[in-house]
Amino acid sequence: MPPSVEGFPREKPFCCGSRGEGKTSITLVEVRIMAAWLEGVEGLTLKGQIRVPYTWWVGEVGSRFLMALRDECKILGNRCKVCNTVYVPPRKNCGRCFVNIDAWVELGREGVVTAHTIVRFEYPLQPVKPPFAYAVIKLDGADVGLVHIVKKDLERLRNGVRVRAVFKEQRTGHILDIDSFQIV
Amino acid sequence: MDKIAIVGVAQTQYERRKKDETFYDLVYEVTSKALEDAGLALEDIDNVITVSNDFLDGRTISSMAVGEAAGAYDKNISTVEGDGTFGAFYGAMRVLGGFRSTLVVAHSKGSEGDIRCITNGMFDPIYQRCLGLEAVSASALQANAYMDRYGVTETDFARVSVKNHGNAKNNPFAQLPLDLTVDDVMGSQKIADPIKRLDCSPVSDGAAAVIIASEGMAKKARTKPVWIRGVAHCAEEYFLGDRDLADPKSLRAAAQKAFRMAGIERPLEQVDVVELYDAFSYMEPLWLEAMGFCDPGEGGTLIEKGVTTMAGKMPVNPSGGVLSAHALLVAGLARIAEAVLQLRGDAGARQVQGARTALAHGINGPCGQSHCVWILSGEK
Repeated sequence: MPPSVEGFPREKPFCCGSRGEGKTSITLVEVRIMAAWLEGVEGLTLKGQIRVPYTWWVGEVGSRFLMALRDECKILGNRCKVCNTVYVPPRKNCGRCFVNIDAWVELGREGVVTAHTIVRFEYPLQPVKPPFAYAVIKLDGADVGLVHIVKKDLERLRNGVRVRAVFKEQRTGHILDIDSFQIV
Repeated sequence: MDKIAIVGVAQTQYERRKKDETFYDLVYEVTSKALEDAGLALEDIDNVITVSNDFLDGRTISSMAVGEAAGAYDKNISTVEGDGTFGAFYGAMRVLGGFRSTLVVAHSKGSEGDIRCITNGMFDPIYQRCLGLEAVSASALQANAYMDRYGVTETDFARVSVKNHGNAKNNPFAQLPLDLTVDDVMGSQKIADPIKRLDCSPVSDGAAAVIIASEGMAKKARTKPVWIRGVAHCAEEYFLGDRDLADPKSLRAAAQKAFRMAGIERPLEQVDVVELYDAFSYMEPLWLEAMGFCDPGEGGTLIEKGVTTMAGKMPVNPSGGVLSAHALLVAGLARIAEAVLQLRGDAGARQVQGARTALAHGINGPCGQSHCVWILSGEK
C-alpha cells in the first residue's frame, strides 16, 4: 500500500496533473516519498528455465580419438599434410589450409604447461570443486594446446612444468576419461 | 569508400539490474532517443539491425522479439548475434550498399540469466564445455599467457582498473564509478589467477543504439556528423588451445586494415581518443599493443608514462570503459557511441579537448577471438 501522507486523502485517486476542477493535485514532497517507497518494491518477475537435451554426433574423427582414450588410454592427434600442424583434439580438416586431414599421430601422455589459471570461485558446471586449475598443455608431438584440468600440487604449477595425463578407471569415450593432468 | 556517418546515438543508464524494464523496453528507449538525438523520424530510417543473443535473452530468434521496439515494423530488418561493433559494421555495409540509413540497436540484461552458464555455452560441447570453462577462467588463461610472455604484472593491470573506474565518475551512464587505489585492486577477492574481483567488468543490463547515414541523409540530421573513416574485423581460431593467447593477431590484422582505410600511419600521434573493450583490466594493455600504439609487451607502461590517462596525449576509455559498465553485446556499440560524443564535443565532463579522430573497438568470443575496429573522425 502506498504510504499515507499528511494532507493527502487516501480515498481520493492519486493522479498527477493540472490543478483542474475535480482533480487531486500532489506536491513534490509527496512524489519523492512515493519514489522512495517504490525503490523498495520488488517488481513481478517470472522464473523459468530452458532445458534442452542434445545428442551430438562426435564425428568420425572424434570417435576415433575418444575410443583411443577409452580403450587404450592413448591420446591421438592428427597432422595436416600441407602445414604439418598436429592437432589435438584431432580435426577432420585443417581450418588454415582448408584441406582434409587423414594422417593420425599417437601423442605422448605427457606435455608442457603453456598457460594456466587457478580457479577459486565455484559454480555448478565445474567438474571438481575449487581450488583447481585449467591448463593449456602442449602434449609431446602436438603443435596446439589441449585445455584440461590440474587438480593437485597447485602450488607447484608454473608455465613450463611437465604434466602427465591420469586416466580414470572407468572410461566411457569422453574427454574426461582423462581425469586430469598431474605435475610430473 | 563512400562517405558515411554516424548521426544519432543513445545509451541507457547501465545498471546491475534494471528491475522495472524488459529488454523490449530498453530497445524502445534507445531507439526513440537515438532518433531524437539525430533529429530524424522513423520514415528516415531505411532498415534496422538488431544485436542480441538467444542464450542471454532466453529465447531463440531473440531478434524477432525486439523488431517493433526497434522501429522496424514495416522495414527491412536483420540481425547480428555478436558484439555491437559487428552489428554496426553490418549496418555500415548496408548504408554503403545503398540504404540511406540504418539504425543499429543492441541490448542485453545480464541480470536475467546466469552469465557463467551462458558463457560456458560458447565452448565446444565435446572437448571443452564439460571442463566447466566460462568467460572469466578462459580470460584468466589469456592474462596468464600475456604476463608470462612479456613480464607484464598484476600491478600494471590494477592501474587500468584504477584509471577506468575513476574515469567513470565523469560518465552519467556508467554503472561503477569508483575511487580505487592499486592496493584496493590487488587486495580484492581472487577469482581465477591472476584475475581478481576489481580486475573484472560487472555484468550489466542496458542497451545502445546508433544511426548510420549516407552523406545525403547526414545533411538532414541535426547533429554534427561523425564520419566513418575506417572499419575492419578479423577472427582467430575457435579452439582455445589453437590460439597464441598472448598474441592477438586478429586484432592486429583488423587494426591495420582500419588504419589503412583511414589513412593513419602513426596511430599514437594521429588518434586523439580510444574507447576499447576492457572486459578485464589486462585487456587494455594487450589490445593497445596489438593495435600498434606501442610495442608488444609495453602496454603496461602507457598509464605509468601518462599517455593514456585523461591528461595524457591519447586518453583511453574516458567513459570508464567496459570495466565500468558491461552489458554484453551492447558494450562495443557503447564504445562507438562514446567515441561519437567525443568527436561532437558532447562528452561533458569526460570530454577529451579537441578530439578529432577516435578509435572504437569491440570483441566477440572468448579472449577476443574476433575483433572489430572503427576509426571515426569529426572531419569529413
